[in-house]
Amino acid sequence: MRTMTYMEAIREAMRMKLKEDENVCTFGEDVGKFGGCFGVYGSLFDEFGEKRVRDTPISEAAIVGMAIGAAATGLRPVAEIMMGDFIAVAMDMLVNQAAKLRYMTGGGITLPMVVRTAGGGGLGAAAQHSQSLEAWLCHVPGLKCVYPSTPADAAGLLLSAINDDNPVVFYEHKGIYGYKGEVPDEIKPIPLGVADVKREGSDVTIVATGKMVWESLKAAEELAKEGINVEVVDPRTLYPLDKETIFNSVKKTSKAVIVTEEVKRGGYGGEISAMIAEEIFDYLDAPVVRVGALNTPIPFASNLESYVLPSAADVVKAVKKLF
Amino acid sequence: MSKENIIEMYKTMLKIRKFEEFAVVATGEGRIPGFIHLYIGEEAIATGVCANLRPDDYITSTHRGHGHIIAKGGELNKMMAELFGKADGYCKGRGGSMHIADASRGILGANGIVGAGHDIALGAGLSAQYKGTDQVCICFFGDASTNQGTFHESLNMSSTWKLPIVYVCENNGFGISVSQKRHQAIKDVADRGAAYNVPGVVVDGNDVFAVSEAAAEAIKRAREGKGPTIVECKTWRQRGHFEGDPCVYKDKEEQEAWLKKDPIPRLEKYILENGVADEAGLKQVQDEVAAMVKEAVDFADKSPLPDLSSAVQDVYTDIIEEGR
Repeated sequence: MRTMTYMEAIREAMRMKLKEDENVCTFGEDVGKFGGCFGVYGSLFDEFGEKRVRDTPISEAAIVGMAIGAAATGLRPVAEIMMGDFIAVAMDMLVNQAAKLRYMTGGGITLPMVVRTAGGGGLGAAAQHSQSLEAWLCHVPGLKCVYPSTPADAAGLLLSAINDDNPVVFYEHKGIYGYKGEVPDEIKPIPLGVADVKREGSDVTIVATGKMVWESLKAAEELAKEGINVEVVDPRTLYPLDKETIFNSVKKTSKAVIVTEEVKRGGYGGEISAMIAEEIFDYLDAPVVRVGALNTPIPFASNLESYVLPSAADVVKAVKKLF
Repeated sequence: MSKENIIEMYKTMLKIRKFEEFAVVATGEGRIPGFIHLYIGEEAIATGVCANLRPDDYITSTHRGHGHIIAKGGELNKMMAELFGKADGYCKGRGGSMHIADASRGILGANGIVGAGHDIALGAGLSAQYKGTDQVCICFFGDASTNQGTFHESLNMSSTWKLPIVYVCENNGFGISVSQKRHQAIKDVADRGAAYNVPGVVVDGNDVFAVSEAAAEAIKRAREGKGPTIVECKTWRQRGHFEGDPCVYKDKEEQEAWLKKDPIPRLEKYILENGVADEAGLKQVQDEVAAMVKEAVDFADKSPLPDLSSAVQDVYTDIIEEGR
């Protein structure tokens, strides 16, 4: 084991794939010498050159569209959309093209491509650089959506995402790029669709994604002091979703709290909540509770932003409602 | 150009025309569901361009894609079956007219979103350059799609990186119902290349020789690594935007004038006047094409409807979600 940041782990997985497969290439805004807006790629440009690690103009639709064309013709592109918010600019390419080409063409076109993007808030970046829009993508059949919370998961899941023969949107949370964790010396692919229990407990299940896994673990520490034993399940991939692990946990604890950073209205947390209510209602001792951001754009001022985004304190409050 | 090549082009143009003329009838009879967008009158463009391509070259197409697909070697049987929504269609009945693709022939798909092909073509161009092949990608599109951002993004990027792409504009005078002079303040789409340092040429899109010659030059440039070119082909959409469109927005005189410039009779006239073939020779091609279309219709008729179980297939390579 070695200690790495979330960002370093992503870079290491990217480096491994660039070394291993000459058809893997990556492109996006400022990913070259600059190393990516958040520095995720570090020195990959110097290591692999412009052909493999390519700066693009600021043209998000074209970045994703180019990935589609490249994937359809034999490459395994990893496109970077700098901010999760900017997927809105590339939405036609994701929703009407990448997600549908295989189906519409009767399986005639296969798109082994990844779109990496940095979602989430907490950096004072305001309403156009802080959103959590993963539910939009999970809603569209044909896309897979990965959202790791730890360095080890990020590395292992990125390997799988690049190995996958389908379009995968790889969500990174920009607020945890510097978070550290243990990463195996030999990074291996972590299969998509397999959740991870980040903390075992018996009294209540928290299903959390991205940075909210960390907030939920903090909340679990607090709640433990009050004798509430929390289990934290991180789905790690939103689609395909590991319902079995989530359901097994809820069946054990009989209580479920879904914690996501998205605005609560129409979020993916609602989907997870509905699955539990629809399929294992009889196991529940209480209604499923969702914790999300307030239904507003993300504000700029630090106090406003931290008020709008969910935090460990909000999770503690929500869990306590159930006891 | 050899006599054989000219006759081959004539045959391709006729295949497109006859395939679509049957589609008009079948749509009227209710045998083809949904909407089809016909290429009738524009056949010289796909034919002239694709005559210069190799099987391993790529094309991106549009909602008006039958001509591109036929000219690039697409199979009439599978195309007709797809229009009929049958299991043996190119897309197994899941795509229809607007989504036919044939990766084995470099056909990266017709497309229902105007302007989407511009950006997808970038990837095919990138791929060819990346692998060091001399393949090219032809990006077919209409005049109105050059008002989409994708057109400008694509030209900017392909020009900056000298990607092997040829942008073939089929300027048929309309964006759906809005005439070109009402949707853009330029006459020649080719002029837009100047903004991106991309050369643009304008040709008579109803003259298959003019199209072929211009395309050959642009394709050569692309293969040699000199970057993209716009080839703007002036043409006319003889029918509506979609089959069933009453065309209230079309000027009758303009329509009449363009019908006189129909590319197929023009080519027939050339063939006869220049001794490429005689009437009997033309008739032979016409009979062959009629037989091919008939075979395609028979194939489509005989093909079963797709099984309901196929509705959930091919969403992913590895996941099938059953149940509601």
